[in-house]
Amino acid sequence: MGCTCNSNDKEKLFCSGVLVDNRPGAILPPQEAWEKKKGGYVVIECPQRIPCNPCATSCPTGAVKPFADINDVPSIDYEKCTGCGLCVAKCPGLACFVVDLTYGADEAVIKLPYELEPKPAKGQKVKCLNRTGEEVSEGEIYTVTEPLKDQTTVVSVVIPKKLVGEIRAIKVVC
Amino acid sequence: MELIQKHPILEFHHGKEVTFTFDGKDMKGFEGEPIAMALHANDVRIYRVTPEMKRPRGFFCAIGKCSSCFMVVDGVPNVRTCVTPLEAGMKVETQHGKGQVPLEAK
Amino acid sequence: MKKTIETDLLVVGGGAAGLCAAAEAAGAGAKVTVIESDLHPGGQLVKQTHKFFGSKDEYAGTRGYKIADILLDEIKSLGDRVDIRTNTTVTGYYPEEGIFTAMKGEDEYYRIKAKKTVVATGAQERLIPFPNNDLPGVYGAGAVQTLMNVYGVVPGKKVLMVGAGNIGLIVSYQLRQAGVEIAAVVEAMPKIGGYWVHAAKIRRLGIPILLRHTIVEAVGGKVIEGAVIQELDDKFQLIGEPKKIDCDVICMAVGLTPTTELFWQAGAKMQYCPQLCGHVPFRDNTMRTSNPDIWVAGDASGIEEASAAMVEGRIAGFSAAKALGCKVNEISFKEYWTRLDHLRAGEVGEKIRGGICQVLVDGWEA
Repeated sequence: MGCTCNSNDKEKLFCSGVLVDNRPGAILPPQEAWEKKKGGYVVIECPQRIPCNPCATSCPTGAVKPFADINDVPSIDYEKCTGCGLCVAKCPGLACFVVDLTYGADEAVIKLPYELEPKPAKGQKVKCLNRTGEEVSEGEIYTVTEPLKDQTTVVSVVIPKKLVGEIRAIKVVC
Repeated sequence: MELIQKHPILEFHHGKEVTFTFDGKDMKGFEGEPIAMALHANDVRIYRVTPEMKRPRGFFCAIGKCSSCFMVVDGVPNVRTCVTPLEAGMKVETQHGKGQVPLEAK
Repeated sequence: MKKTIETDLLVVGGGAAGLCAAAEAAGAGAKVTVIESDLHPGGQLVKQTHKFFGSKDEYAGTRGYKIADILLDEIKSLGDRVDIRTNTTVTGYYPEEGIFTAMKGEDEYYRIKAKKTVVATGAQERLIPFPNNDLPGVYGAGAVQTLMNVYGVVPGKKVLMVGAGNIGLIVSYQLRQAGVEIAAVVEAMPKIGGYWVHAAKIRRLGIPILLRHTIVEAVGGKVIEGAVIQELDDKFQLIGEPKKIDCDVICMAVGLTPTTELFWQAGAKMQYCPQLCGHVPFRDNTMRTSNPDIWVAGDASGIEEASAAMVEGRIAGFSAAKALGCKVNEISFKEYWTRLDHLRAGEVGEKIRGGICQVLVDGWEA
């Protein structure tokens, strides 16, 4: 496998809230379809069974499949996902993202939830952070919306395509 | 005063700004908000000094259950400043030890 | 000045559980008096800027402080059946006379004669022992929330958060939203106690969560100026080198303990239950204690969550109203228990279930 990290370290990271591999509730979309999907697919990172289901109840197409039990982790029907991003705004855990790989040859767009000040503006350059808050690249704000008018801003950021598996937050510098 | 200027979720609606005194010094606060909030906004953290070991005490629980925030207010000791509303002209003082309960009513 | 308040149902505590109990009982026709020691009702709900979990019935996806408004709107719609008295603290229960006493401010005293009572007094912040843990600057996490979310006061410049349960993780995020820097979150256990997603959203903002770490001492002369933290081994013994952290606030999120003085004074049967985080009253499935006139709901019955507190409040309010002779719909009772069981059904509910079964009785004789 060529993995050099100690599996103990990986679990330690996961135990402190950092996703280290794909697992139920935290998976990536099927690669081939994802590369062609204009508008992108949802990427949810919610690997723990907790009593919570707004992602499913807010999804207008049923792409986030209805929960049999409120404690289930989310599971996705990609055929139905339009990349609308309503779940991004609705999720209480800020665990939903939308990633569109069709933006450009080397660039992708990620929609992520943002609830800090200052708010970014369209066209602004921001720092892009990975799951441990390290700055891994720059990004450009594509759109800023507030779909549910409830102070959760959904920001679309243009990022390097090779970092779609890593970037999960932004830092706005004035 | 150390107030939050812009918050991503909340809007703060403070009431009327009033003047009160802390250990004789004039300070500003918002009427109807707990005394402890006004003190904290004015960077006052020490509310009382304990009777035996003379340790400084201040804010802790904010729900009137722990006794850490007792101060002398308008001459009355052991006032829970975290849940007592500020009034204009209030005289707030650091409580030293157990405080002295006034024998006459206000 | 002594006054007597007479009411059908007294609700001690106007937080999530208390407001739900009041709404439920008033909906069934009872005359309700809610006594709340804070300056406004809503309890811990009013400080919660984050969106709640759970299901639609528990307002999932709605910010906590809005839920308080929703409950108060429901109460308002019931006309003047509910009297909410804020800035008033219940100071004791006298079983010989069956009355409660209360105090408003420093010189208004009341005796309260209620036919039935729901005690929903919530909980209070715990503290762990370390040198200088009494200095100003060591604040309960709930207290920090009150400062920044209710009154818009900056709590400090740099915070050390002790405890990575839901409260520690959520308040860290809220501190960041208020523009305050977090030096670190320290957690003695090998993994976070709160929801993984709460941790993920602060980790991606660069807030460190140091597992197997504890605070060894607070540093400061008259106020907090810093802290010393250190790593623990799997037997909770200190290892490695102590690390100095710069901070002016040490936020304690190390657990809550139920506020139960009134139950003791009422002579209710109590039990120490570690899973419920302290001494709690025995209760039957109507949330009635061994005292036939006193019910319990919310964190006072055992530390849990806001969503469970609200449903317990409904159950207690329903049952107290029924005991008062009000007309109630038994279907609601079944529905509430179904919701409560669902909330507790998952892995994260295991501890609670283990606790509840120690203090749940099948019924009371007479």
